[in-house]
Amino acid sequence: MRWVLLGIATAAAIVVVQMGPRGAVSDRRPLMFITDMDFQPRYNPQAATPFFADGRTMRTPPAGTIPFGGADYDSDAGSPRQNPDFLKSDDAYYRGKAGTAWLARNALPVDIALLRRGQERYNIHCAPCHGATGAGNGVMTQYGMLGVASITDELHTLMPDGQFFDVISNGKGRMMPYAPQVKVRDRWAIIAYIRALMRSQSTTLGDVPEDQRGNLNP
Amino acid sequence: MPLVFTHEADRRLRRLVIGVVLSAALGLAGLYYYGPPEYTRVGYAPKQPVPFSHEQHTGRLGISCLYCHTGVEESSVAKIPPTQTCMNCHQTIKPDSPQLAVVRESFASGKPVPWVRVHQVPDYVFFDHSAHVRRGVGCVSCHGKVNEMPVVVHEKPLSMGWCLDCHRQPEACLRPPSEATNFAWQPPAGRSNSDYGRLLKDQSRIHPPEQCSGCHR
Ligand code: HEC
Ligand code: HEC
Ligand code: HEC
Ligand code: HEC
Ligand code: HEC
Repeated sequence: MRWVLLGIATAAAIVVVQMGPRGAVSDRRPLMFITDMDFQPRYNPQAATPFFADGRTMRTPPAGTIPFGGADYDSDAGSPRQNPDFLKSDDAYYRGKAGTAWLARNALPVDIALLRRGQERYNIHCAPCHGATGAGNGVMTQYGMLGVASITDELHTLMPDGQFFDVISNGKGRMMPYAPQVKVRDRWAIIAYIRALMRSQSTTLGDVPEDQRGNLNP
Repeated sequence: MPLVFTHEADRRLRRLVIGVVLSAALGLAGLYYYGPPEYTRVGYAPKQPVPFSHEQHTGRLGISCLYCHTGVEESSVAKIPPTQTCMNCHQTIKPDSPQLAVVRESFASGKPVPWVRVHQVPDYVFFDHSAHVRRGVGCVSCHGKVNEMPVVVHEKPLSMGWCLDCHRQPEACLRPPSEATNFAWQPPAGRSNSDYGRLLKDQSRIHPPEQCSGCHR
């Protein structure tokens, strides 16, 4: 009797020692007892496949083609409605150009919704380097990011909106292109917000509506 | 009546029965404890090809999740950022750190960094990030405190029971959609999380699917 109990206790002890407590951090792959249909022969986003030479499931669209349907209405031919501007022929909206010169004003009508969107996107994508006020003192400048422009200074106040658009899309100097990260519409929203930041640099108390002055924290 | 079995055989039978019952009980207990995803998945923290730390980048440097995971608000997948996103900064910051050698190589050659996948639902499950994040479920509810993780750890079981627990009672996890990536978010003073969540749920008419076809399409 004793031996039977002892045998079972030893077996249990070995299991506990081997398997460890629940949820312990480990770099072993999750245990799969039965895989059922967990892994189906289909392509998932950002997955690997031995089929294509470069080993990825996601393909680069062949040059000169336009995607049809997708999350980014601005850059595809549209689904279910057709996108009237899928060839991106609108120079002002897609390239910030008016003829050969830069577009002077925002390509979108500026309203409070666009500014709010711009503020949100600015704080996500631009503020790490350019700082929350655009003074070029974002947190990255403390870690060796050199030559970050103060985008609200005199020089930039005179810069046309189209040129801002070009810098965001294609980069400048050490700033990399942000076109892959920031959608066209969001770029214009950010530019609208930068204009608001510029104005905020030279405002006085008189510019603040009477009933909002209590909300200022110096 | 003569004995059919000897006393010795009786004793053996008794031992056998006790042994079988005890082993079965222990086996069941073991399966119950080690079988479910709380054990099989939670705690998975694979070694990544680059020692990228969320704790450093989002916790200390304060970069928003959306800077890198750009798909999370508008598509089903959050997207692991392309190498160029790293190079936005690392062309200038620590340009010759040995820890970043793989990233630089990837940028030069165009081959992706072979990140190891942590969270994954089975292929027969339909999951959509945008449906959750846009309705005000924060990353923290499903991924834990990523902003404090030097290495991403699989913190929630991602089992069907876990999905349904929240779908039946989402109140405790709801917040204004603009705060989805804010790990320090607290409900307005004087309101409890579920109380405020109930308000949001009514306001935006949130009804997470509980029928099978919601998640198995
Ligand atoms: C600087 C870019 C960057 C930022 C900012 C960032 N991440 Fe990540 N994230 C990555 C990379 C690269 C990976 C893949 C490597 C890994 O798993 O560590 C990743 C992986 C993850 C994963 C695991 C993915 C998987 O394989 O299952 C989660 C979850 C995650 N991030 C959540 C977040 C959250 C939440 C935030 C905001 C607090 C955030 N990330 C901010 C770059 C970033
Ligand atoms: C917004 C700027 C920014 C982005 C984008 C960024 N990093 Fe960083 N990274 C930093 C800063 C700042 C440091 C800290 C440098 C220090 O501590 O001196 C750092 C440090 C690191 C380190 C540690 C390097 C060392 O030698 O200590 C690694 C590894 C790293 N980053 C990987 C990545 C990867 C991979 C990505 C892309 C997913 C990425 N980073 C994207 C700003 C960034
Ligand atoms: C409702 C729960 C939930 C929320 C909220 C959530 N995630 Fe996820 N996340 C998941 C699940 C489930 C997976 C696995 C998805 C799969 O296998 O397709 C995942 C996978 C990921 C991945 C890796 C795979 C991919 O889709 O690219 C990243 C990165 C990620 N999440 C980041 C985030 C970030 C950042 C947030 C906050 C903005 C967030 N998640 C919010 C549940 C969630
Ligand atoms: C923390 C709470 C929470 C968790 C965990 C959660 N969900 Fe949800 N889910 C929600 C909420 C809130 C909604 C939005 C309902 C609405 O919009 O009315 C939702 C909606 C959905 C939808 C509907 C999307 C659509 O387009 O109709 C699907 C599918 C879904 N969830 C799948 C899942 C799966 C699969 C998991 C587990 C991996 C999961 N959810 C985990 C809260 C959660
Ligand atoms: C909220 C989303 C959701 C809903 C609703 C849902 N499921 Fe699931 N289901 C899941 C997820 C996630 C998994 C994967 C679980 C895992 O990997 O551990 C799953 C797995 C399963 C499995 C496979 C289990 C296994 O381990 O092989 C079956 C069978 C299943 N579901 C049936 C159903 C049925 C029947 C219904 C309707 C009553 C239903 N599901 C409703 C999310 C859902």
